[in-house]
Amino acid sequence: MDGEVSLLKGNEAVAIAAVRYGCDAYFGYPITPQSEVIETLSALQPWETTGMVVLQAESEVAAINMVYGGAATGKAVMTSSSSPGISLKQEGISYIAACMLPALILNVMRGGPGLGTIQPSQADYFQATKGGGHGDYHLIVLAPSSVQEMVDFVTLGFDLSFKYRTPAMILADGIVGQMMEKVVLPPQKPRRTDEEVRKECPWAANGREGLRKRNIVTSLEMDPARMEVNNHKLQEIYREIEANEQRSEEIGTEDADYLIVAFGSVARICEKAREIGLQQGKKIGIIRPITLWPFPKKAVENAAKGKKGVLVVELNAGQMIEDVRLAVHDNLPVEHFGRLGGIIPSPGEILDALNEKLS
Amino acid sequence: MTQEIIIAGFGGQGVLSMGKLLAYSGLMDNKEVTWFPSYGPEQRGGTANVTVVISDKKISSPILDAYDIVVALNQQSLDKFTPKVKPGGILIYDKNGVNNKPTRSDIRIFPLDAIEATMQLGNSKAYNMVVLGALLQAMSYKIPIENVSKGLEKSLPERYHHLIPLNLEAIKKGEELIL
Repeated sequence: MDGEVSLLKGNEAVAIAAVRYGCDAYFGYPITPQSEVIETLSALQPWETTGMVVLQAESEVAAINMVYGGAATGKAVMTSSSSPGISLKQEGISYIAACMLPALILNVMRGGPGLGTIQPSQADYFQATKGGGHGDYHLIVLAPSSVQEMVDFVTLGFDLSFKYRTPAMILADGIVGQMMEKVVLPPQKPRRTDEEVRKECPWAANGREGLRKRNIVTSLEMDPARMEVNNHKLQEIYREIEANEQRSEEIGTEDADYLIVAFGSVARICEKAREIGLQQGKKIGIIRPITLWPFPKKAVENAAKGKKGVLVVELNAGQMIEDVRLAVHDNLPVEHFGRLGGIIPSPGEILDALNEKLS
Repeated sequence: MTQEIIIAGFGGQGVLSMGKLLAYSGLMDNKEVTWFPSYGPEQRGGTANVTVVISDKKISSPILDAYDIVVALNQQSLDKFTPKVKPGGILIYDKNGVNNKPTRSDIRIFPLDAIEATMQLGNSKAYNMVVLGALLQAMSYKIPIENVSKGLEKSLPERYHHLIPLNLEAIKKGEELIL
């Protein structure tokens, strides 16, 4: 299927993209709305072709700890789940971050809190961008708005994760996971050889060659002075990521009176709202943060300049709005519109909210 | 050209696969396509719907306020989506089990007896293909039948490829329901 155009669900596309990236292992446990990931991987049987391991673990906790172990050997490993399952994985994610290991985690968000609903949501923004697990750590968080981005962010997520030795999360939602769209798949890459892993990941615990120093992968450090040094190391990496990796997309922001900030599939609904607004003479620009962490502060600040107001649209009660407010220094009205519990707003509803809250 | 379509009915009527074939046919016709289903326990009964957008340009939202074409296969879907047909748009519905008929005069309405047409074919599973035939015929954007056929090849697993002629026959039967 190289370069061939396919029609795929977001979840199926992620699975195929993982195999094509040369991913070494997937560990997961099924949960709606992302079960197609493990279904597709099982159907593809990549263990017969690239040698990739696909394993349904006994639980989410087991799956993330398998990721932890695989990552410690320098392998490209991933897991996927949906909101309640991602909550279960948080302890493991914190350990992976503490050990400076690369890994890819997909969260296809559904409505919460608790077991909640299987319908789409964006209510895990705080969890994904502000921690989730314990301790001072960050994930690189990528928010896809199309099936093509679900494919592209597998490569981007793994690449950034290895570059900064920081786990990356693709923060999708039930819409992107379940929707089918036209996608162009990347060509099949071979999995990295042991030789390449040794060269690229000198920190990996993958068997001591000759007289090399022993690699120890652990998050435990009983000496607070050394633990502070470890923390500073992490913080240094986070500052570097913040400086280099902020990503966003803008639509019509220059010639607009109002600005909408939205991420993921919701940004697509806002695009339609923008089209309808234009027909009514209302000039709306959209900025879509692609990296939710690092949050594209500068781009949002610039896009908001000279606008009459900002509307943040999310499938939650107001989470990203905090980062938007910080970015624009509360220099202009910033309002929120959200639907909760799995309800998706229509373009017309968003436009009505903008008219009501900002005009 | 942009066609925003919703197909709604009972779970198990083949609503999602009908939408899938429509999307594949558009893809084979070199268009941009988006397919978004209601997902959940619907395939065990209850209502199911799928939004399909086919366009020459990049598609924005899969969630819409109004549609160019609504296909409603039961009373609940008819009641819910008739108000959402754009003025000048098309409403196709199955007459069976419908007591309250749509009364809008600013849209084109095509009532079908798709069950009767399916029975004439002698295969009750072809119901959704008959409805799809009617939809393809009613659409202002015409997808050449060879691209629909290619769409069938793409959307059906290979073990069902021997059923492609039957599906095409059902689509043709459905086309004849629209005059």
